[in-house]
Amino acid sequence: MKRVISQISHWTRTSADEHGKKSLKSASIRVHPHPVVVVLAITLFFLASCRPVDLNAPMPAFDTGVNPDAWAQIPAGEFYYGQHEDIENTAAYEIMVTDVTVGQYADFLNVALADGSVELVDGKIVGYYPGDVFRGVKHEEKIEAGDWLFIPLDDPSQRVKFDGATFIAQPGYENHPMTMVSWFGAWGYCSYYGYRLPTEVEWEKAARGSDTRPFPWGEEIARENANFYASRDPFEDMSSFGSRTTPVGFYNSNVYDGFRTLDSASPYGLYDMAGNVWQWTGDVYEGMHVRFLRGGSKDTYEMDLRLWVRNNATPTYVSPGVGFRCTKDQ
Amino acid sequence: MQAIKDRFNFLFSSTKGLILVAIAMIGLETALFGMLSGPMAEFGVRDVVVRALKMDLVQAEREGRIIILYHSIAMAIIAIETYMVTSLLKMREFYKTAVRALVTVGYLLAMIFGMGFAYWGHNWAFHGLYITGLSLIFFAGVLLTIALWPWNKEYYQPDNAYSRTKKGVDLERMAFFATALTTVISALFGAVPGSYFGNGFETFLAENIIRYPHKTVMEYSVIGHLHIMLALIGIMLTLIIGRWLNFKGIWHKIAMPLMILGTIVLNLGVWGVVTPLEPIAHMIIYVGATPSMLAALFLLIWSWGKLMREGTAHLEKPSFGQNISALTRDPLKFGPTWQMLFMNFTTSGIGIFMAVKLDEIFRVWPAREERIELTGHWHVLSAIIATIILLYYGDIIGLKGRVRRWYGWGILLLSDLAFASVTIFEMKRLFISEAEQQPLVNLLMYLMDFGLAMLLLLLAIVMVWRLVDLFKPKGRWAEEVDHELAAEVSK
Repeated sequence: MKRVISQISHWTRTSADEHGKKSLKSASIRVHPHPVVVVLAITLFFLASCRPVDLNAPMPAFDTGVNPDAWAQIPAGEFYYGQHEDIENTAAYEIMVTDVTVGQYADFLNVALADGSVELVDGKIVGYYPGDVFRGVKHEEKIEAGDWLFIPLDDPSQRVKFDGATFIAQPGYENHPMTMVSWFGAWGYCSYYGYRLPTEVEWEKAARGSDTRPFPWGEEIARENANFYASRDPFEDMSSFGSRTTPVGFYNSNVYDGFRTLDSASPYGLYDMAGNVWQWTGDVYEGMHVRFLRGGSKDTYEMDLRLWVRNNATPTYVSPGVGFRCTKDQ
Repeated sequence: MQAIKDRFNFLFSSTKGLILVAIAMIGLETALFGMLSGPMAEFGVRDVVVRALKMDLVQAEREGRIIILYHSIAMAIIAIETYMVTSLLKMREFYKTAVRALVTVGYLLAMIFGMGFAYWGHNWAFHGLYITGLSLIFFAGVLLTIALWPWNKEYYQPDNAYSRTKKGVDLERMAFFATALTTVISALFGAVPGSYFGNGFETFLAENIIRYPHKTVMEYSVIGHLHIMLALIGIMLTLIIGRWLNFKGIWHKIAMPLMILGTIVLNLGVWGVVTPLEPIAHMIIYVGATPSMLAALFLLIWSWGKLMREGTAHLEKPSFGQNISALTRDPLKFGPTWQMLFMNFTTSGIGIFMAVKLDEIFRVWPAREERIELTGHWHVLSAIIATIILLYYGDIIGLKGRVRRWYGWGILLLSDLAFASVTIFEMKRLFISEAEQQPLVNLLMYLMDFGLAMLLLLLAIVMVWRLVDLFKPKGRWAEEVDHELAAEVSK
């Protein structure tokens, strides 16, 4: 490194000296860097930008006090749905107060692998899905009955670890939302316990309540409300790994090492219905193989946290910014 | 009083003054409203601006606000193109005056009251004035189309060096006419659904519904409208640049029929999306886009050849390096066609790559990733159009010597740095995972922001210079007041 710096200063000096022969005065203000220096600087800049990210960088651990096993009751009835406030109706149902956590998913995999509900194939957990009706609509892909990807174990972003016998949550991530899980993996988890993924309508009602608010907690969004892109929470470092998930229920008016949060529960008491991770929903639409996601995530700007915003992806898609929660009929 | 009257006369009745006002308005709007999104929001600048200016930003109305913002900038761009066309091409004085008056009042109404309505609460009188502005621009378009009627013998082309029919009908004028006519018709494809959806803010952004297999006729109309209007602004600007550079010869003779054919077929394809032809509309669009892009390529080949010939005229057998040096000697003459070429890497190339690999790559990613690609590539196209206008403007105001080179190369290098960064940002998922992308994203953001901020600074310097000039009794403005672009066409 010293040699490189020395060479750079030599080039710079040489350039200045050449001008100095012409005019001592102008040489002091018109330093033309050698082209090699410019190229080197640009290359270093790019290399610095492509340096490896430490996906296991140290992380604070906080107990939010919110129970991930809790369920919220959603009453039957009409509510305002979507950006333009259409009227929709649902029956009564229950929905998880938080996203499914890494710890909960690891527990599921332990029992499901033991009873043969899932299998480990080439570093991936796969499970059976009965398939969708294929209508051959433009861009539609076939989703046939068979084994589909639940989660990849061989991805460095995966927070569920497998030691050959047991699945465990990566230390520190036990109470974080389960991510790197496909739609099949989310569907498989809920189905295994007799639950299901919420429909989009159910998801939005649970987030919005009975009024027209754009965010689960009200009309405006602040950095203390949710985990979104550059929201400056204690888990984020935008100069290296960027945004990371926050523990479920983090934004509950607690103060964590000086970071004050606002109580951001939905009217029915659900946490993280905006930001942290996108959440898979259960609808399978005619002529579409993609599945819909709601809620925005740690990686999106505030506009995607508005609770009517829809995202979608192919059902095998996994991401550090995608999770889910389950619902059940009353 | 006379001094104010003279300045007003320059700014609102001379070609160069009108262009200056429109560029200044776009610059102000871009600088102000650019602070409400992206990194500026991240740094907290948006919150300060919103509070300081007492903006009223209702969350559910974001899409409506953005649509009005896009339209208000686009209307000013259309006004600039209109000023250029009416100054470059022969037409009756009545049409020229009427078209300019309508388009000027129209874009100012649309910009001022549209933005007032969108960002400062629901003043429906403002909304009415915004619609009035758009309507005036539409009417200006109708008049311009009439004024450009190419079958009037008065406008026949006597010089065989230019593209014309056997009877002498000027095919370049016909290309201008076809572009103006199809622009007016295509505007209706926005006006009708705009009226349907725009009852208040019940509207949507096209990029948010791309994956829905069943779209209504009105939704298709919006998607078609936004694509074709940007394409037509690009086509009209290509024709304007060709006229400025005095495009002629064999390349011109081939290019103009292709431009006319391409424009018409392209439009038919886009209009087809609201008819039973929808399943094959994309194919018609590709068929139409090909001759249009070929025509632009021929302009590039001709203009680069001309720049090299002129720059090496004193040399008996110029080397490759001397040819390149001659080509790039004047960034304002070289820049517009270079930007058209560069567009192929950032817009057309990306669009074709996405179309070819759509199901294999892009539809596997989340819709929000696909949205980044879509919005990124057409933002770049819009910005490239703006930079070409700025390059031409640099020539219009008579920049010379070192200032001309700094201005021209500044625009080219800074904008291309930003556009290349945007393009890499759009395609980043091809070579880096979500978990590992942040350092690269940071770098690209710095490059984009640096390029665009410096570009705006460059524009601001020019605008301040022009503002100061207005205070001088015999400033540059006094010379420009009678200038017409037709008289400044390259020899």
